[in-house]
Amino acid sequence: MNEPMLFLPLIALLPLAGFLLNGLFGSRLPKALVSTIALLFPLLSFALVARAAWMVHAGLALPVAEANAPTWIAVGTFHVGFQFVLDQLTLVMLLVVTGVGFLIHLYSVGYMEHESGYWRFFAYLNLFLFFMTVLVLAGNFLLMFVGWEGVGLASYLLIGFYIDRKSAGDAGIKAFVTNRVGDFGFLIAMFLLIAHFGTLSFSRITAQLSAHPTLTTGAATLICLCLVLGAVGKSAQIPLYVWLPDAMEGPTPVSALIHAATMVTAGVYMIARTHALFDLAPAALTVVAVIGTATAFFAATVAIVQTDIKRVLAYSTISQLGYMFLGCGVGAYSAAVFHLMTHAFFKGLLFLAAGSVIHGLGGEQDIRRMGGLRKTMPVTFWTMTAAVLAISGFFPFAGFFSKDAILAAAFQHGSTGKLLWMVGLVTALMTSFYMFRLWYLTFLGQSRAHSASDGHDHEHHHHAHESPWIMLLPLVLLALLSVCGGWIGIDRFAAFLAPATGMASAAPNAGHTELFLSVLAVLVAALGWFVAHLFFGRRTSAADDAAQRLAPLHRVLEHKYWIDEIYTSLIIRPIQWFARFGLGWLGELTLVRGSVWLLVGVTGLCGELLRRWQSGNLRSYAAWLAIGAAALLIFALAGTLLGMNSLADSIHWAVR
Amino acid sequence: MDGMILTLILLAPLAGMALILLLPDRDEQSTNLPAWLALLTSLFTFACTLHLPAHFVAHQTGFQFEENLAWINSPAIRYHVGVDGLSLWLVVLVGLLAPVGVLASWRAVKKDRKLFYALFLLQQTAMVGVFVSLDLMLYYGFWELSLIPIAVLTAMFGRNLGDASAAKAALRFFLYTFIPSAPLLVALLWLYAHTGSFDYATVQAAIASGTLPGWQLAWVSVAFLIAFAVKVPVLGLHGWLPDLFSEAPVAIAMIAAGKLGLYSLIRFHVELFPALAHRAAPWMIALAAVGILYGALLALVQKDFWKLLAYATLGSLSFCTLGIYGFTAAGMSGAVLQTLNEGIIGAALFLLFGVLYEPASASKLADFGGLATKTPRLATLFTIASLALIGLPLLNGFVGEFLVLSGTFTGVSRVWATVAALGVILSAAYMLGAIQKIFLATGAPAHATGHAAGHPSATARDLTGSETVAVALLALLMLALGIQPGLATDAIEPALQSITQSLRMGAQSRNAANLSPTHPESATVIASSPANLKGGR
Repeated sequence: MNEPMLFLPLIALLPLAGFLLNGLFGSRLPKALVSTIALLFPLLSFALVARAAWMVHAGLALPVAEANAPTWIAVGTFHVGFQFVLDQLTLVMLLVVTGVGFLIHLYSVGYMEHESGYWRFFAYLNLFLFFMTVLVLAGNFLLMFVGWEGVGLASYLLIGFYIDRKSAGDAGIKAFVTNRVGDFGFLIAMFLLIAHFGTLSFSRITAQLSAHPTLTTGAATLICLCLVLGAVGKSAQIPLYVWLPDAMEGPTPVSALIHAATMVTAGVYMIARTHALFDLAPAALTVVAVIGTATAFFAATVAIVQTDIKRVLAYSTISQLGYMFLGCGVGAYSAAVFHLMTHAFFKGLLFLAAGSVIHGLGGEQDIRRMGGLRKTMPVTFWTMTAAVLAISGFFPFAGFFSKDAILAAAFQHGSTGKLLWMVGLVTALMTSFYMFRLWYLTFLGQSRAHSASDGHDHEHHHHAHESPWIMLLPLVLLALLSVCGGWIGIDRFAAFLAPATGMASAAPNAGHTELFLSVLAVLVAALGWFVAHLFFGRRTSAADDAAQRLAPLHRVLEHKYWIDEIYTSLIIRPIQWFARFGLGWLGELTLVRGSVWLLVGVTGLCGELLRRWQSGNLRSYAAWLAIGAAALLIFALAGTLLGMNSLADSIHWAVR
Repeated sequence: MDGMILTLILLAPLAGMALILLLPDRDEQSTNLPAWLALLTSLFTFACTLHLPAHFVAHQTGFQFEENLAWINSPAIRYHVGVDGLSLWLVVLVGLLAPVGVLASWRAVKKDRKLFYALFLLQQTAMVGVFVSLDLMLYYGFWELSLIPIAVLTAMFGRNLGDASAAKAALRFFLYTFIPSAPLLVALLWLYAHTGSFDYATVQAAIASGTLPGWQLAWVSVAFLIAFAVKVPVLGLHGWLPDLFSEAPVAIAMIAAGKLGLYSLIRFHVELFPALAHRAAPWMIALAAVGILYGALLALVQKDFWKLLAYATLGSLSFCTLGIYGFTAAGMSGAVLQTLNEGIIGAALFLLFGVLYEPASASKLADFGGLATKTPRLATLFTIASLALIGLPLLNGFVGEFLVLSGTFTGVSRVWATVAALGVILSAAYMLGAIQKIFLATGAPAHATGHAAGHPSATARDLTGSETVAVALLALLMLALGIQPGLATDAIEPALQSITQSLRMGAQSRNAANLSPTHPESATVIASSPANLKGGR
């Protein structure tokens, strides 16, 4: 075993060890030990990643454990191993996954302290880290699929963590099944790749593509569209985004880690990872860009009117993922990954801060009943402010650099690029607006805990309190990253990623155009803040007035365009009806009854044939008679035992 | 030892059966001695079956551990047994499932224990016999023998004896499986009359030589096909499955479907009649692909867990059929692997739900809910088995499905493979739905779920120590085969190579007989094109 062969798998296996320890013995261990196990293994994993990062920084070769990887499936000429590879793209992902992941683990120790099933929560969380690191370290599609489905499993388990809530269980199933629709696309893509390349290894496919590009544009487009279906499912894009808002049923740290910072970005990562294929399929890239832009816009409109603090953030996540898809779609893979990284910082922070608010208010999630928390929760307030500024795209916060890079790339992308850029800019306006709406309603003004009229129990509002240090420390660190995370700049970031994502994706040259776009983006963000200030900063009734004046539109947005209802009645119900009546009644009745009589008929026919062919062969005939008679005897006997008069009666009764 | 091991595996359960029958009757109500004897016997047998993989020479074609003794001179029936890579793991599977079945019956069977366990062990011998017989008449004897205990035990020990639905299920099973056995016997006798032998290799060579009358041989192969297709069951012939799953004792239901029929399809249809199997293939592939969706869709709307499991089983067995009749190396390996998977996963789910079912005889999903906190071990293992069933990577179900689908997609038909792949979406929906309805909050008021006395959720118990160990071992096996499928496929592959060889010869003889447009390149069956498969019809 040479060193890299252990080194890379260990990054993934350490959290797995944590999962096994807590999963098997956690229920009997003291809480402190459960927390220690749950924190130690991700921390060790992060240390390994940090070491790899240092190696890159020092100019050392990246460890690759691709050759001699242990075999997983080997049948005929098809061979897949547990190949782990580490390149610049994986390194960025790993830093985010294990770094932000560890901070969220730390936060969870405080957040989940009073929950039953504490050990179970951390076991699942470590399991998630295992699958997520496998996903990004995988050197072939099939191993990536292991992580891909595995994070789906961890997501399912964590969404449904509160097992005494039916809505949590429903949301978990919805997430898993919707993701499976995407996984179906991923599977078909893999079959197509096997058919075309005979391998699923990233490096071999890339090598074959560059050596003799026999793949036609049509075939590449088909493969990429299947992959896009997978990415759309995992990254919650139109039309498969519906599971993500419901996934907020899970504990808030889960929303931060899985449904904002890491897992949902897997689709973006996958497209960047397989960009060699996508580069051959411009049509598929256009689809990605259009889906991303449409999703970004669509989700932002919904986010404007949501009243649940986590749902606002969920739609915001969908919208931001749309930006990343837009980045990929215009070939700016490094910009997309850049935004992926900064988004992990500020959206992880937003969720954690929201969790801190929910924690401080004893479970309240409705922003209409918040307000005035600036004084009682100062650390939460200031860190949240940094995140809001970052996501809105204010200079010099992290989101500014990455969003700007994507919009600039879109602007310079052919004829459709301008339109995509325009929609992206409008989305940025809405983003700024709904984030500041959230900010005003939660932290500024007066507490509205008592103004609600529905008789809700507000006892806990008297005790609104700042969260313990173990929850605040991750907030502060993520706030630092949300402020400084973008300072590296897209140019240096793209240059760093270039070996993995290709030079073509490097940012366009800086120039007057880009400066103009940047200034415009900041102005748009400021406009969003200003409008939010008009509505929510000065007098709270302004928003209600506007909602009344635009009642039909407000209703549409409030009900999220009724997409869930449409899916239920157009897809789920018809499938169930078809299964229940088409197959369950019609199909089963005809098949069950028909096949018995068919069998009886065939038997008679065979007996007849035997008589015709074999009447001379007495010995065989005698043997047939003996055994056949024995069989019939047993059957008749059984029938008689049950009170049947004849064989025909028995048959008739049995198939009735 | 090697020469006698198969005989030992065949006789050990019979010896246990004899011992059980010799027990005095009067102690039966008070002690569980028959169960203990059955457990010891089945554990011993299992240990014996483990001898096979331990001493099996991988990458060697042909049969191993062979025994070939004269038995009846006229007609010439020989006691000829042996295993190759195809049957090896199936024998071990039967050995493994027997103790699991005894455990599953431990509390459920309360009366006539002697008879129950005696017949249970007889069933084990019969099943092993089917897998190891290399003489057609010997095979037929075991085949028939394997049907009887299932029918009798279902009728006598069925779960709903009161309303006679158990008897109905038994009769239905009997009808479905016995009736096609008669044509099977006729077909065997016809082969004997034309070849003068029941010996597998001899008959195979005679068929391959192409000297047997063509259209009659076609009918013979159809008789074989139908008998096996019923036992699998293939879509359309599955009428007995939901009933049997609902009514048969758990230990019987868990072994009734799948492996016997699938093994027979490969050995006695595909390998014996390669040319004719080619002609049946398009139909079988279509039935299998549709069957996957059909089973999954029906499982989606079942309200009773046994019925759900039956349709889920129909779906996963259809994967096996799809792999077998695609004639690709990946597909066939996946099919055999999936046969093993289905046995392991099905046994685990049967045992686990049997524990929940037993106290109140409740199998409606709506009767349960919120059991996760009450039966944590059961819930955990149930979830693992369900995840294996729906093909989560790193568990065994995924490898089988993936191999079958990729083999079908690349070598047979993209359309059918895509149709079949849709099943992966649905399987997640119905299995996770079942988990939620049994173990998680259902939204029903608390007094309706689990707190009323006598309610299934109130009487539910968690697994006992031995049950936990048994199912945990099955779960470990799911994991082991999911991570290292080579454990099984390394032995399976050489056997499949010889089968694809005979398929190649079959394709040639078919071409020679002008049954299809001549494609010289179609000899490469491994990557046979859809056109090639559709030829001849």
